[in-house]
Amino acid sequence: MITETFETITWAVLGTIGVGLFGIIFGLAYKGIDRKLAAHMQARVGPPLRQPFWDVIKLFVKENIVPEHAISWIFNLAPAVALGAVIITLLYLPIGGFAPILSGQGDIILILYLLIIPSLAMVIGGFSSGSPYATVGAQREMVMMMSYEFPLAITIIAVSWRLAISQFTNPFAMATIISHPIWNTVGLLGIIGCIMLLIVLLLVTPGEISKIPFDAPEAETEIAGGLLVEYSGRNLGLFYLADAVKTVVMGSLIVAIFFPYNISPFLNLSGYASYIADFVFYLVKLFLVIFFSITLIRVGVARLKIDQIVYTYWIPLTLVSLIGLLLIMFDSISWLHIGWW
Amino acid sequence: MSKMSYSLPIGPIHPALKEPVMFEFEIEGERIVNVDFKVGHVHRGIEWIGTQKNPLQILPIAERICGICNISHPIAFCIAVENAAGIDVPERAQYIRVIVAELERIHSHILWAGVAAHEIGFDSVLFLTWRVREKVLDLIEYLTGNRITKAMFTVGGVRRDITEDQYPKIREALNYYKEMFNKLKHVFLDDKTVMMRSRDCGILTKKEALELCAVGPTARASGVKKDVRVDYAYAAYGDLDIKTVTPDAVTGEVKGDVYDRIIVRLLEVAQSVDIIEQCLDNMPSGDLTAEAKPAKLLALLRKTVGEGVGRAEAPRGEVIHYVKLTGEEHPYTWKVRAPTYNNLMPWVPMLMGEQIADIPIVAASTDPCMSCTNRVTAVINGKRDVLTHEYLHKLSVEKTRRLMQ
Repeated sequence: MITETFETITWAVLGTIGVGLFGIIFGLAYKGIDRKLAAHMQARVGPPLRQPFWDVIKLFVKENIVPEHAISWIFNLAPAVALGAVIITLLYLPIGGFAPILSGQGDIILILYLLIIPSLAMVIGGFSSGSPYATVGAQREMVMMMSYEFPLAITIIAVSWRLAISQFTNPFAMATIISHPIWNTVGLLGIIGCIMLLIVLLLVTPGEISKIPFDAPEAETEIAGGLLVEYSGRNLGLFYLADAVKTVVMGSLIVAIFFPYNISPFLNLSGYASYIADFVFYLVKLFLVIFFSITLIRVGVARLKIDQIVYTYWIPLTLVSLIGLLLIMFDSISWLHIGWW
Repeated sequence: MSKMSYSLPIGPIHPALKEPVMFEFEIEGERIVNVDFKVGHVHRGIEWIGTQKNPLQILPIAERICGICNISHPIAFCIAVENAAGIDVPERAQYIRVIVAELERIHSHILWAGVAAHEIGFDSVLFLTWRVREKVLDLIEYLTGNRITKAMFTVGGVRRDITEDQYPKIREALNYYKEMFNKLKHVFLDDKTVMMRSRDCGILTKKEALELCAVGPTARASGVKKDVRVDYAYAAYGDLDIKTVTPDAVTGEVKGDVYDRIIVRLLEVAQSVDIIEQCLDNMPSGDLTAEAKPAKLLALLRKTVGEGVGRAEAPRGEVIHYVKLTGEEHPYTWKVRAPTYNNLMPWVPMLMGEQIADIPIVAASTDPCMSCTNRVTAVINGKRDVLTHEYLHKLSVEKTRRLMQ
């Protein structure tokens, strides 16, 4: 009994460390790919792929300055909380063929809440740094959170709710969502609805991780980095890592909800080979999601003002997600359920 | 300051500003309720340096007043000195002056377009426009030997000729810009996000533009038909078919916002291409300078007693140079008024009531050039100070009294 508990704990700890390392390393790698691809789309050469790693190493050896007017313990705590929260979020998400390290009954609701924590940590860090730019950035970040949270929640709830209608047990558990892909459950109307929800989620992602056009909280030409303006050295490095891991988290969330398929059953692989194949396939899916939701959008548009961001999330995107929800709802009514298979 | 508002300093060093200027904003939430600005961070004493040198030595200094308007300042200075000394510039030199000035306008406006795109976070357009700008820089290097600082002008004419065998390369570059014009127009005028950021943002009404004496594209975007090239034609502009550009040519109405300023600058690029083509078609033959020998020219200027004013339309607006020669080696006075000086005050009505997010693009929309503008910095008792209207008035009254005694 004791050895069993010990074993469980050991696995949990090792798994957490593994997932944390995975998040950091691949988060930075995807950042490098994103920068390189964006550079090529802008007809530039761009930095080498390993540049984000060098950036982090450099930040960690540099001096960590705490401004005079800052509340130093909150100021120093915020980056660690942000990184911790995103790594915990990653523990609830499946990575390749591996099941999530942590799981329970309402994973997806928990993930919704955990996603708020890094943003909240940035807000608190920004307010505590005592700079007017950071204060403006923190206000904008709070407004952003209020605006993208609603379409995000609708999307996630819609999927779980549809699974609940189809009599699956534990519809809010990640395990249920990945073992019963939404596309296999719904009919024609539902598929149209799901595509709409997917688009909404792809557009919520740049808001979650503050990328153009939704980077008002950090807007470098307006408020000189906003929330992060006073951060330097190790603290900035931690925020940088949190941002990298959050990219993986958002990508994995979309992959888990909409593309939970594995490749090993199609290739008739088993054992280690299946794990490797699924993992590589997962990385490809993650890349595609990040490419379409971050890289492609951020090179193609200008930064929006905060009122325009609120409008974009509250009116068009909320409407699209509500219509998606309605379509999925109609789909569950038996005489409207059109399955072509 | 009300309880709801807080102050937000922007500058003198800030990513939104390419040159130092200090803004002090009073903000309520995201809205600007009050704005003040301080200039004078890059005073270089250029006019003083000028009064220690002879007119031909001033030319390179005049060129360095502004990195981008390095044609407008020398041309205004040359016109001022030519007026003072009564020198007639040969016709061919006038045409070459126009060609080089218009090439400068093309490169300056495209540079501005890139900066504006960067200010609203649209970096892809920044890289696109600056790549497009390379072509005109190559052409300028081919014609003048330098990419930026062209060293083309001298008092009484120009220093280099533009010959027939150089025409094909010029025409090739002009055709490139004709092709690119539609692309740039599509990117700037049809893009949804650019529209969202620039339409109805930073409005300067025609009345305000007239009252605050705005110049250049800033004034024209507000519907003020004001262009030195048309109103007081200098160089060869009088011979050429050229019309003042206003934004209603594209949209049919004048709003005076940032979007209109984009339209005016874009249309002026097309107009400059057209002007250069007209110059190439009608290029007269003749001398390059009124007096080819510098020593002889200097001897003439040394003997000159008189004053002259030179006006030129820089990419940012009207440049005025005033020179007073008193029969000595060095000019007695050299006064420079850069266009940004006039375009500073319009910032206040433009920024009032806008959001923090609009500050960079609105500030950039007049294409400010601070180091050209900074003619004076008041240092009183070792401290920077602001001279008030009352103090300056008192000084001038005292001066008048002294003169009357």
